[in-house]
Amino acid sequence: MWIKSGLVPLLLSYLAALVLMVLPLPSVLEVWRPDWISLLLIYWLMAIPHRVGFVTVLMLGLLTDILMGSGFGIYTIALVAVAYPVLRHFQRLRNQSMLQLTVFVGLLVLAKRMIVYQLEHVLNDAVFNLPYLYPVITSMLAWPWVYLLLRKYRQTYAIR
Amino acid sequence: MKSLFERGPSLRTRFFIALGCASLLLFLDHRLNTMQPVRSFLSTVVSPIQYLAVLPQQISARIDYSLTTRSEVRKDNERLGNPLLELEMAAQRLNFIESENDRLRQLLGSDVRGASRRMVTEVVAVASDPFSHQVVINKGSSNGAYVGQPVLDNRGIVGQLVSVGLNTARVLLISDQSHAISLRVQRNDIRVLAQGTGDLQKLALLYISHSSDIEVGDVLLSSGLDEVFPEGYPVAEVIEIDRNEQFQYAQVAVRPYAQLDRVRSLLLLWPGHVDEQPVFGRANDDAAQRPEVNYVD
Repeated sequence: MWIKSGLVPLLLSYLAALVLMVLPLPSVLEVWRPDWISLLLIYWLMAIPHRVGFVTVLMLGLLTDILMGSGFGIYTIALVAVAYPVLRHFQRLRNQSMLQLTVFVGLLVLAKRMIVYQLEHVLNDAVFNLPYLYPVITSMLAWPWVYLLLRKYRQTYAIR
Repeated sequence: MKSLFERGPSLRTRFFIALGCASLLLFLDHRLNTMQPVRSFLSTVVSPIQYLAVLPQQISARIDYSLTTRSEVRKDNERLGNPLLELEMAAQRLNFIESENDRLRQLLGSDVRGASRRMVTEVVAVASDPFSHQVVINKGSSNGAYVGQPVLDNRGIVGQLVSVGLNTARVLLISDQSHAISLRVQRNDIRVLAQGTGDLQKLALLYISHSSDIEVGDVLLSSGLDEVFPEGYPVAEVIEIDRNEQFQYAQVAVRPYAQLDRVRSLLLLWPGHVDEQPVFGRANDDAAQRPEVNYVD
């Protein structure tokens, strides 16, 4: 076995997303926290789909479940469901304009959050509140920056 | 790059396999409750992430502290000195009354209440899942914490531990929708159940008949009947009663005393009747942990 190029930077990017996900914020900003882990996964799945696949998604989903304190599998299922369309259409997505891509990412984050809500509702009687969907907006605003930053990061550290 | 001609199972097959794995996890955890050991192991694994997340906050607090001036510290000292004196005097009186209470209980032939022990703990992360109210604290099984342990702050009961890792544990707040606590009204000892509503400032009392004697402003204490929370700690105050007869039960809203939205330091409590014992760290741990002090529950 040999270690593929840029393994450590790749793992560090996962770590950064997980830390950002649980970083304490003032309660005003808390509801607007972008969905970092989804954004990061969408980027890697689109950029290096031969390397980041469902196994990575399962692992990160499990870690998200633990960090969020939800039941096992809730975030995992939602992330797997989001990963499928990205992996299916990654070649098409790479050629989309930034605006189209942003709208697509917004829809994916919306889908992810609705799946999480539905599962929580069925399993734990969660009640829907609108602020739960605010991160869809901030995720869309953050996406172009995440995209450009990660592309630079990928090129600098030769993650392929 | 070998994305045109893929090897192995097709994307759809892999998708369904991944979905199957995730659903299996969900099933094992939610229906069979077999994942508790895995959960405590994994929460130990992810605890560095949680510590990393609070690192900036801790550094800024440290810098803040080192920048406080001498006069501010002196002012603080003065401000805190007087209440401390008063509390110490109250504690002397309390010790006397408690020993008297124990003697009287012995005379009556009822059980003497066991001593409970406490440990100060800090919140290291707040679970940002908006559907569950949980916080993560920096004490775990290495400190003797156990699942189902009551957690308090300086005003009242905060919640209980739901999963325990080696150095972190997860507290389910009383305001979580899946949490209920057995209480009694201080004024007349009516037993009530308070369930979380998902709102940090509000719990709802269940199964209150329209004729029951509960008034706005009543103080609710823990009843000890749930065998999780010790008896007699303040929990909530009644803020609103709706005796609309078209509902089967009166709608009673209560507000928790504990400031669930701004928890920072919490107390872990080991009630007298449990077998687990707190394990205090070395002297460089929190100064507030005084193993030699044995509070009486």
